[in-house]
Amino acid sequence: MGTDQPLPGAAPSWQPTATRQALESRARQLDWVRGFFAQRGVLEVETPVLGQCGVTDVNIDSIGASPRPVAGWPHPKGWLQSSPEYHMKRLLAAGSGSIYQVSRVFRDGERGRRHNPEFSLLEWYRPGWDDEQLMGEVADLVCGWLKTPEPERVSYRQLVQQHGGVDPMTASIVELRQACYPLTGDPGMVDQLDRDSCLDLVMSFRVEPALGYDRPVFVTHYPASQAALARTSEEDGHPVAHRFELYVRGVELCNGYWELTDAGEQRRRFEADNARRRELGRPEMPLDQRLLAALESGLPECAGVALGLDRLLMLKCGVDDISEVLAFPAERS
Amino acid sequence: MASYSTNEFRGGLKVLLDGDPCVILENEFVKPGKGQAFNRVKLRNLMSNRVWERTFKSGESLEAADVLDQDMEYLYTDGEFWHFMKTDGSFEQFPADAKAVGDTLKWLKEQDVYTVTLYNGTPLSVTPPNFVELEVVETDPGMKGDTAQGGSKPATLSTGAVVQVPLFISIGEVLKVDTRTGEYVNRVKT
Repeated sequence: MGTDQPLPGAAPSWQPTATRQALESRARQLDWVRGFFAQRGVLEVETPVLGQCGVTDVNIDSIGASPRPVAGWPHPKGWLQSSPEYHMKRLLAAGSGSIYQVSRVFRDGERGRRHNPEFSLLEWYRPGWDDEQLMGEVADLVCGWLKTPEPERVSYRQLVQQHGGVDPMTASIVELRQACYPLTGDPGMVDQLDRDSCLDLVMSFRVEPALGYDRPVFVTHYPASQAALARTSEEDGHPVAHRFELYVRGVELCNGYWELTDAGEQRRRFEADNARRRELGRPEMPLDQRLLAALESGLPECAGVALGLDRLLMLKCGVDDISEVLAFPAERS
Repeated sequence: MASYSTNEFRGGLKVLLDGDPCVILENEFVKPGKGQAFNRVKLRNLMSNRVWERTFKSGESLEAADVLDQDMEYLYTDGEFWHFMKTDGSFEQFPADAKAVGDTLKWLKEQDVYTVTLYNGTPLSVTPPNFVELEVVETDPGMKGDTAQGGSKPATLSTGAVVQVPLFISIGEVLKVDTRTGEYVNRVKT
């Protein structure tokens, strides 16, 4: 990835990084998505891109904004949304029924072959469904568009054991770090990693690159410590999250939950995130009281998923750099 | 000294790693959607010339290395050091030791210009231009009329370098040589 800084005196690069063909595929993909949900009676919605709250997720940094005060928002500190999740859950709590949204979302500092700080996310919710049912619908959408075979479903535990050589549910932190040493060239860095960061390293370096080549793979039953906004239960005596991700040809495509609806538990998780942020010296994030109030009033039992449309398009076009499907990536924006 | 965060890493950036100056070759950002972000970085250690692969937590930073490439004219050797002079009119001279000169020794010709890499003001390495023109001082007699044939023979150049040349080349001729491959390119009309 270049820096895209023009040489002194040279004209700045103004051309798009995507071909005309890729732009056409993007337009067709959007048609496909809208047709898919229209047929199934799922309502398209729009929610704010600039919101009063960001997210507490320890590993997601929201981009702040400083709008001028307006009536009812007197001391504005705003955040570009990293996902439309909180707003969409408020719609669900208000009785919207099944909804989907195609939105631009923002994650600070994320730039690489598969990342751009601003990207297109497809997010949808199905009241009355669980994670197993929603995986079926994700498969219909993705495999129908990419024309791949049906995905298989494999547990996180099995994959990490198979490709990382360590059991994510029972290994000690010492054993997890041992699995990480050969991956980094820097034992000192590994010794600072906690359980989940060690698992992220094994997942990114060993597991992901091997996933989804014969057919797409749903990774299921994440450790409960990585539940985020999913409900948890027990599997073989270990706490697991009802969370799934889909991988196609080594690319992480979506993240779905059988959603947590318990306001008290949600508040505890937000607070735990902020406690972890404090430990790491990262800024604490305000809790979204409107979301918590909506959960208090009652979020219907539902499953939801967020899917990266730029990555889906990368797979459709057979390219391995996100710049090739974006008109203008961050450094040319 | 300035420092660079993993977000700013890009090919060509010079940084200090474990006390040694390194140049970044590649930087890959890796992050599971909800997980910890890492940068997988390939660097060349400028002291040992070895390529290192290191993984950093995103957001970590490395100190910038005071490494500078400068054009300099080769002057002479006193047997221990090879002396170079800046071409910017300052006449400032820098002695490079045998380690810094390395394999470039066999391409060193007085008054030619080389790229000298300075680390904290001391020559770390000397890189020859891609092409140099050197005189043949020793080779078997030239064979006229053999220009179409593919045969070759060794020729020793004025700097001591030995290159494979076509059979028709004779002593006293000046040759253009590619320093990256050590291969003969053509004769230079003098």
